[in-house]
Amino acid sequence: MIAAKTILEVDGLHKSFGDNVILKGVSLTLEESEIKVLIGPSGGGKSTLLQCINYLVTPESGTISLHGNVINLQNKKELYQLRQRVGMIFQEFNLFDHLTALDNVTIALRKVRNISKVSAKKRALLELEQVGLGDKTDLYPAQLSGGQKQRVAIARALAMDPEVLLLDEPTSALDPELVGEVIAVIKALAAKGMTMIMATHQISLISGLAQNVLFMENGVIAEQGSPKELLGAGKQTRTQGFCDRLKDLDEGGS
Amino acid sequence: MPASLTVIIDSFPYLIQGAFITAGIVVCAMLFGLVLGVCIAVGIVYGPRPLRYLLNVYLWIFRGVPVLVLLFLFYFGLFTYLGLNFSAFMSVAIVLGLTTAAYQANIFKGAILSLPRGQFRAASSLGMSDMQAIKSIVLPQALRMSIPAWSNEYSIILKDSALAFVIGAPEIMARTQFVASRTYQHLPLYITAGIIYFVLTWLGVRLLLQLEKSLHIPGYSDHGTNS
Repeated sequence: MIAAKTILEVDGLHKSFGDNVILKGVSLTLEESEIKVLIGPSGGGKSTLLQCINYLVTPESGTISLHGNVINLQNKKELYQLRQRVGMIFQEFNLFDHLTALDNVTIALRKVRNISKVSAKKRALLELEQVGLGDKTDLYPAQLSGGQKQRVAIARALAMDPEVLLLDEPTSALDPELVGEVIAVIKALAAKGMTMIMATHQISLISGLAQNVLFMENGVIAEQGSPKELLGAGKQTRTQGFCDRLKDLDEGGS
Repeated sequence: MPASLTVIIDSFPYLIQGAFITAGIVVCAMLFGLVLGVCIAVGIVYGPRPLRYLLNVYLWIFRGVPVLVLLFLFYFGLFTYLGLNFSAFMSVAIVLGLTTAAYQANIFKGAILSLPRGQFRAASSLGMSDMQAIKSIVLPQALRMSIPAWSNEYSIILKDSALAFVIGAPEIMARTQFVASRTYQHLPLYITAGIIYFVLTWLGVRLLLQLEKSLHIPGYSDHGTNS
């Protein structure tokens, strides 16, 4: 077996907002085509960790390396490069409200990549078809359902050819009946070998997709391992306890 | 025919020429105020602290001092002091532009701050620089949202432009006063001037309403999103 290639390395991230310490030295490495899932209680630092990885939130200390090269925050060019190579999916979709689905995807291609209008459109149509929205390209975000918005957001991120995708609770803001279509798209990405870190409360994504589960609590990674190690029958882990509670909620809700 | 009607008919072309000058002053002032106001708003929302402080001082001055005082201050004071030989038309356009810029900046600032912040983060996450995100994502939406308040500002500046007569710009008010002082037909002439101002206001506001409609984002109602 070929040794897996490390794409992303996070080392010793610290972050606090005022007196509130959110991250207390978080480190992880991500290998090519690996899927890591972050779980844990709200306020445990999952979202902050993801946003620190592409410097949407600036950590107080710690480094991010891509292919072994530490990103120098002071260098804007390096920062923008990093963000192009690390895509992000938000809980609230964050589509650009004044642009059609198509233009949501083309705008970064045109402004950041300086790709021509025609090729940007071609690429965007391809990405939108991949997420099953080939017939919705001319609609505006306010005309789309939550699941469709999130799929446009995924197409928008993928059009930039990211090497890593960060997903911050991609299904948490969706009505239950719309969760499935987004999960299907994420699973298809996984099947194609996309490298991902995802924060989620969705049991099916945790047990079905993750190669590695990181349980975050109080700003640290409290437990980590394969779903089997943490969630296998009879395991007495905190991850297990947490997931049991999620399942109870799921069943209680349906 | 009564004398008052004769005066109005005779002086009407002369007054209408003034309407064009008024319109010129207002268009110049509003466009100047638009460009400057956008820059100030962006600086106040996204700029570093010292810049924000400076821009706020600007807002306080231009909102706190009467337009007439500013007009005298610039026309008889500052421009002369600086050796700038601006015409009355230019001077009024500049002073009204500087004034409306302060009010417009507040309109744009409010619109920018009311946008969901996630869109800016999404733009950043795609590799856009702050400037690109402001230009391509923030401003197109903020400016759309500002049109109703901007049309208010237009109607205010249009009427403030009447102050231009005190420094001799040959606009509606100056011409009306000129004719009135010679014919003593004050009442009919000022009613005519009022009607001309009213029509200019109506035209501009209608035009901006049309613009607002044509730039409307599909799926949005007047009360926000339909979803």
